[in-house]
Amino acid sequence: MADATQTAGFQALDTSAVTRKFRIQDRIFYLMTLGSATLVVLLLLAIIVVLIIDALPTFQAFGFSFLWGTKWSAPADIYGAVPAVVGTLVSSFIAMLIAVPLGIGIAIFLTELCPGSLRRPISTAIELLAGIPSIIYGIVGLFILVPLMQTYILPFLMMTIGQVPLIGLLFQAPAPGVGLLTASLVLAIMILPFITAISRDVFSTVPPMLRESAYGTGMTTWEVARHILIPYTRRGLVGGIMLGLGRALGETMAVTFVIGSVSRLQSSIISPSTTISAQIANNFGDADGLQLSSLIALGLLLFVLSFCVLALARWMIGRGNAL
Amino acid sequence: MSVSASAADITGAGSSFIAPVLSKWAEGYKAATNNVVNYQSVGSGAGIKQLLDKTIVFGASDKPMSDADLEKNGIAQFPMISGGIVVSYNVEGVKPGELVLDGKTLADIFLGKIAKWDDAAIKTLNPDVKLPSTPISVVYRADSSGTTFNFTDYLAKVSPEWKEKVGSNTAVEWPVGFGAKGSEGVSTTVNQTAGSISYVEYSYVIANHIGFAKMKNAAGKVIEPSLDTFKAAASNADWANAKNFNLIITNQPGDQSWPIAASTWVLLYKKPADPALNEEALKFFKWSYEHGQKDATALSYLAIPESVAAVVEKSWTKDFGAK
Repeated sequence: MADATQTAGFQALDTSAVTRKFRIQDRIFYLMTLGSATLVVLLLLAIIVVLIIDALPTFQAFGFSFLWGTKWSAPADIYGAVPAVVGTLVSSFIAMLIAVPLGIGIAIFLTELCPGSLRRPISTAIELLAGIPSIIYGIVGLFILVPLMQTYILPFLMMTIGQVPLIGLLFQAPAPGVGLLTASLVLAIMILPFITAISRDVFSTVPPMLRESAYGTGMTTWEVARHILIPYTRRGLVGGIMLGLGRALGETMAVTFVIGSVSRLQSSIISPSTTISAQIANNFGDADGLQLSSLIALGLLLFVLSFCVLALARWMIGRGNAL
Repeated sequence: MSVSASAADITGAGSSFIAPVLSKWAEGYKAATNNVVNYQSVGSGAGIKQLLDKTIVFGASDKPMSDADLEKNGIAQFPMISGGIVVSYNVEGVKPGELVLDGKTLADIFLGKIAKWDDAAIKTLNPDVKLPSTPISVVYRADSSGTTFNFTDYLAKVSPEWKEKVGSNTAVEWPVGFGAKGSEGVSTTVNQTAGSISYVEYSYVIANHIGFAKMKNAAGKVIEPSLDTFKAAASNADWANAKNFNLIITNQPGDQSWPIAASTWVLLYKKPADPALNEEALKFFKWSYEHGQKDATALSYLAIPESVAAVVEKSWTKDFGAK
């Protein structure tokens, strides 16, 4: 039908009507996408406003000393954010330390070195890691990783690195298996698929010409990765790493199972500790009054922390561009 | 499926301690009367919040509401079930049920003052048990819970030092040790950590076959945890003179009273928006007092002893104008 009208009346077609129709379509599409984008901003603002309002009693009670308080005691109604904030930052940092080189390494293997027949199974396996619910990581961590840490890994670390002056202090403590390092390991495995998948995808955007020219000049695979792949894809890599870091900062369920939930400041990275999200998950159900408000203030801190991380990522990407 | 049946649905939320028993009772009650009781196990604090928001008919809490809060909100409460909290341990060479502890020693262990299993204080209580010279790992509930509330209440009653330094609540700032998530997490962690000590609801000890200690009670008698000794604690408590049933049944008098017994309260509005629903809820609780003992026993809990139930039902006339 449409074809018939088109061929028959092509000359008679009212072009202005068509343009108007297209313009309206475009207008509607524009408004719809604008609406979606604005919705996100509004939601974000609403979350911030609610967090600030609910956290207000805490800041009224403790002032900014909440930010450097180290005690968290419900019976005494005294709350401080330091142990949870430190635990969050340190566990995420160690997780990144493990997952970033590992993830980028796997991605380089997959794009540069892997035999074709292995590429698909390995990729799928890595991506499946991302699909495992975090409570499963928590349970596996508690039942398998914690006893391993307890009987083999932590005693070994204490006997070796623990004896080195200065750094050794980080590895000395009664180590029950649960703790910051165990949580960091679980986190590292959880963020590995994000970093790997994104690194692999951005590596495959490197033009084959560029890559082959590099090999042609006699570069080794290591040199190609170091001087061609990574610099060329820096923006994408940072994006993937930040996505992983974002997950590590906010991860709750798995961490709660293996961190040991000690809301005191610890000097060692193998001792039990806590994170912001673990603290909230553990206490939210029963909290009221000042404790509830302090938990929400912790949530606000996590929000600010994540925001800073993303802002830093933006800045790094921007800088990478200028280079 | 009739309209009148769904109109009589009674909704409740709160304590996870009471949840297995309440669900079992709700099943029996539905079979007997065709009336439906819906209970959400969301934690005591969250249950109270929902009750204050008036989204449910009754709340259930492991911690009694204060007289002031009851008064302010026009709520009345009464105890519904009781149970026992047991000290569990994993010590090489010490069989389940072999260890004897008293309140003072227990408090000193959880304060970190007693750090080895062959400490003189533990030896004195256990002259015939061969205790190893290994360090004690204290394990506690990481998430806030009624179990922690009752356990720390007991420690505060028997140790002035505990009362002053730590206090009692659904979560406290523990001087030593580390946390495990949920009763399951606690029993798993005790199972896999040599030298550990913790506290957990009796039903978990039965289900997981972990070591449990005998306790010296307020009367100075050494007794074993069992439904009989929990019942003695609940019966010997002075409910008749406790205003608003605000009575925590730890460290109760009586030769057979288990020292760390616990109970769960049900909370209802005195003058609810829909009196019919309240009346239906009270019918359910009355039915449970009369028919629920067997189900509770099967799950290692106790319905409130008959003597206490009589006192409670008398209070309903006063509080709710029930017939």
